[in-house]
Amino acid sequence: MDRTLEIAHGTPLDAALSASLVFDVAHLFAGALVLISFLMLYQDRLYALLKVFALQAVVLSLSVGWQALAQDAPHLYVTAAIALVFKAVVIPLALARMVARLGIHRQVETVVSIGPTMLAGIALVALSLVVMLKATAAVGGAADALAREDLAFALSVVLLGLLMMVTRRNAVSQVIGFMSLENGLILAATGAKGMPLVVEISVAFSVLIALIVIGIFLFRIRERFDTVDVDALDRFRGGRA
Amino acid sequence: MNLLSGLLVDPAPVLVAVPAASAVLLALVPSYRVGAFLNVAACGLTFALALLLLGAPRIQGPFLIVDDLNIVFVVLNTFVAFTTAWFSAGYIAHELETGRLTPLNLRFYHAMYQVLLGAMTLALLSNNLGVMWVAIEVATLTTVLMVGLYRTEAAIEAAWKYFMLGSVGIALALFGTILVYMVAQPVVGEGTDGMIWSVLMKHAREFDPALLNVAFVFLLLGYGTKVGLAPLHAWLPDAHSEGPTPISAVLSGLLLNVALFAVLRFKSLLAAHPGTLAPGPLMMAMGLGSLLLAGFMLYRRRDIKRLFAYSSIEHMGIIAFAFGLGGPLANFAGLLHMTMHSLTKSAIFFAVGHACQVKGTQELAKIRGLTTSHPLLGWSLVAGVVAIAGLPPAGVFMSEFLVVTSAFAARPWLALILVLGLLIAFGALMVKLSAIAFGEPSPGTDPVKASYVPMGVHLALVFAAGLYLPPELVAWFRHVAAVLG
Repeated sequence: MDRTLEIAHGTPLDAALSASLVFDVAHLFAGALVLISFLMLYQDRLYALLKVFALQAVVLSLSVGWQALAQDAPHLYVTAAIALVFKAVVIPLALARMVARLGIHRQVETVVSIGPTMLAGIALVALSLVVMLKATAAVGGAADALAREDLAFALSVVLLGLLMMVTRRNAVSQVIGFMSLENGLILAATGAKGMPLVVEISVAFSVLIALIVIGIFLFRIRERFDTVDVDALDRFRGGRA
Repeated sequence: MNLLSGLLVDPAPVLVAVPAASAVLLALVPSYRVGAFLNVAACGLTFALALLLLGAPRIQGPFLIVDDLNIVFVVLNTFVAFTTAWFSAGYIAHELETGRLTPLNLRFYHAMYQVLLGAMTLALLSNNLGVMWVAIEVATLTTVLMVGLYRTEAAIEAAWKYFMLGSVGIALALFGTILVYMVAQPVVGEGTDGMIWSVLMKHAREFDPALLNVAFVFLLLGYGTKVGLAPLHAWLPDAHSEGPTPISAVLSGLLLNVALFAVLRFKSLLAAHPGTLAPGPLMMAMGLGSLLLAGFMLYRRRDIKRLFAYSSIEHMGIIAFAFGLGGPLANFAGLLHMTMHSLTKSAIFFAVGHACQVKGTQELAKIRGLTTSHPLLGWSLVAGVVAIAGLPPAGVFMSEFLVVTSAFAARPWLALILVLGLLIAFGALMVKLSAIAFGEPSPGTDPVKASYVPMGVHLALVFAAGLYLPPELVAWFRHVAAVLG
C-alpha cells in the first residue's frame, strides 16, 4: 500500500537520488571553490592569477545557480549572474588591462614563499572544517548536512582569501585575494536556506570591489609610487608610524 | 498638521531620509559657501529630529527599531555631526584659501558627509542585521573616500590601508551575520525573520549556543576592526592623520561608536542566552590590549593628529573593557565614557584643526607655545587634553573612575592592568601637552578666523557633566545598562 502510493508520486529511489544529487553537485562546486583557492595561492604571474580567479568566479556562479534551482529561489539567479558577468569577465579584464598598462605582469611579490603558504593553507582548511562541523553539530540532522558542510567549505575559502591578502605585497593580488574571500561569503550566504538580502549584499560587495578597482586607477598608484608594491607605500610612513 | 503629528509619533524614517536627500542636494550645489551652510543646516535638522525620538514611542517595525539603547547613540551621533559640520564650515574655507582643496572637492566632500551621516543613522536604527551591515559598509566607503581627499601620497596610503583592513573587517562581520541567520533559521523559520533583531532577541534562548559562539567571534573581530581594537587597529592612526580634520573628529567621535554599537547588539544577544560562552573576557582582553598598546605608542608620536588617534584607540579599549566587564555599573560607566569620549575627542580635533592651520603643519615639534600665541585656542586645547587624560573635574574622570571601581569590585587583577594603562597614557599626554601649549611659541601667529563655538560647547558639556549629571540622564543610562546585561 505504502509502496504503490510512493510509486504514484515518484519512486523513493527517485527521491533519494535527487536528494543525493542535490547534495553531491553542491558539494562538488563547493569543493571545487576550495581547490581553486589553493590554485591561486601558488600562481606566480599576475595574468595566470587573474585567469584562475575568473575560473573561481565561474564555478561560484554555477554553485549559486545550482542552489537557486535546488532551493527554488529564483532571486539567487541574479547573484549568479553578477558573479558570472561582473566577477568572471568585467573585473578580470579591467585588472588585466591595468596590469598590462602598468607593466607588472611578471610580479607577484610574495612575503612568504609558496611552500609554507600552501602548508598554512592546508592548516586553515583543517581548522575551518573542525570548527564548523563541531559548532554546527547540534544545529540540524541529515537535512542540514549540506548547509553545514557548505559553511565549512565557505570558511575555508574565506580564510584562504585572507591568507592570500597577507602573503602578497602587490596591490592587485591583494584585491584578488579579497575578491576570493568574498566568493566564500557568497557561498555561505547562498548555502543558508532562505537567507534574505543575499542579492543586496552581493550587489553591495560588487560596488565595493568596483570602487577598489577604480580607486587603483584613479589614485594611479603606479604614477605616484612607480610600483603597486604596497611595501613602497610604507616608506611614506617614515617616522610617523 | 497630519504630517507633523506623524513625525511626532515616528520620526525614525525621516531621520534617515533627511541626510539622504541632503546628500543629493549638496552634490548639485556648485557654491561651496552655500554647500557648507546647507551642510550645517541639514545636520541641525537631523539633530532636531533625533531629539524628537526621545519623546516618540518605542517601535519595532520590520525595518526600523527605536529602543532605549540606540536613541542614546543616535542623539549623540547627530549632535556631534552637527557641531562638526559647523567647525568644518570654517575649516574648509581656510583649506580653500591655501589651495589644498578645490571647490569641486568640497562639493564631493559635503555630499559624502551627508551620506556618512545617513548611513550611520540607518545602521543605528535598522532592525535588520543585513541592513545594518550594508549601512556600516557604506559609512566605511564614504570615509575611505574622504580620507583620500587630499590626494597626497600619504593620504592615498592611508586610504588604501583603511580600505583593505576595513573591507576585511566587514567581510568577517558578514560571515558572522550569516552564521547568526543559520542559528536562527531552525527556530524562527526561513526568510526575513531570521535577520530581524527584535525577533532574534525574543527567541534567543532557543538558539544553538555553539554556533552562536562562533558567530560572535567573527562579529567581534569584524566590527572590532572598525572600532579600532588591537590587534586590528592599524588603519586608524593613518586614516585620522591624513584626512581632513573634521573627518578625524567624525571618525573618532562617531564611526567608532557605530561599530561598537554593532558589537553591543550581538553581545546582548549572547547575554540573553545562558548556554553561550561569556562574551565578556574576549572584549576585556581586546580592550586591555588596545589600552596598553596605545598607551605606549603615545610616547613616540611626532604628528599631532596621530597622537590623538592613538588616544582614541586607548579610549575605545577602555570602553570595550567596561562593556566586557558587564553588569549594571560597568555598563553604565561604559556608556558614560563613550559619550564623554565622543564629546571631548571631537573638541580636541577641532582645536587641533585650528592649530594645524595657523601653524601650517601637523608636526608636534613645530607646534609649540600655543597658549602664548593663541591664548583662547591654546587653553581650550589644554582643557580638552586635561579632560581626555582623565583629570577631575571633567566628565571623563568620572566615567574612568566608575570603570576602575567596578573593575576593582569584579576583577582586581585586571583593574591593576587597567590603572597601569591609564597612567601610562596619562604620562604621555602630559609630556606632549606641555610642549604644545607652553614655552616659546613657534612661527605662525595669525589669528584664527573660524568659530570657536563648537569646541566651546563640547568642552562646556564635558566639564558640566563632571560636576553635575541630570538625574533623568542617569536614570536613562542605568536602564540601558540593565538591558545590556
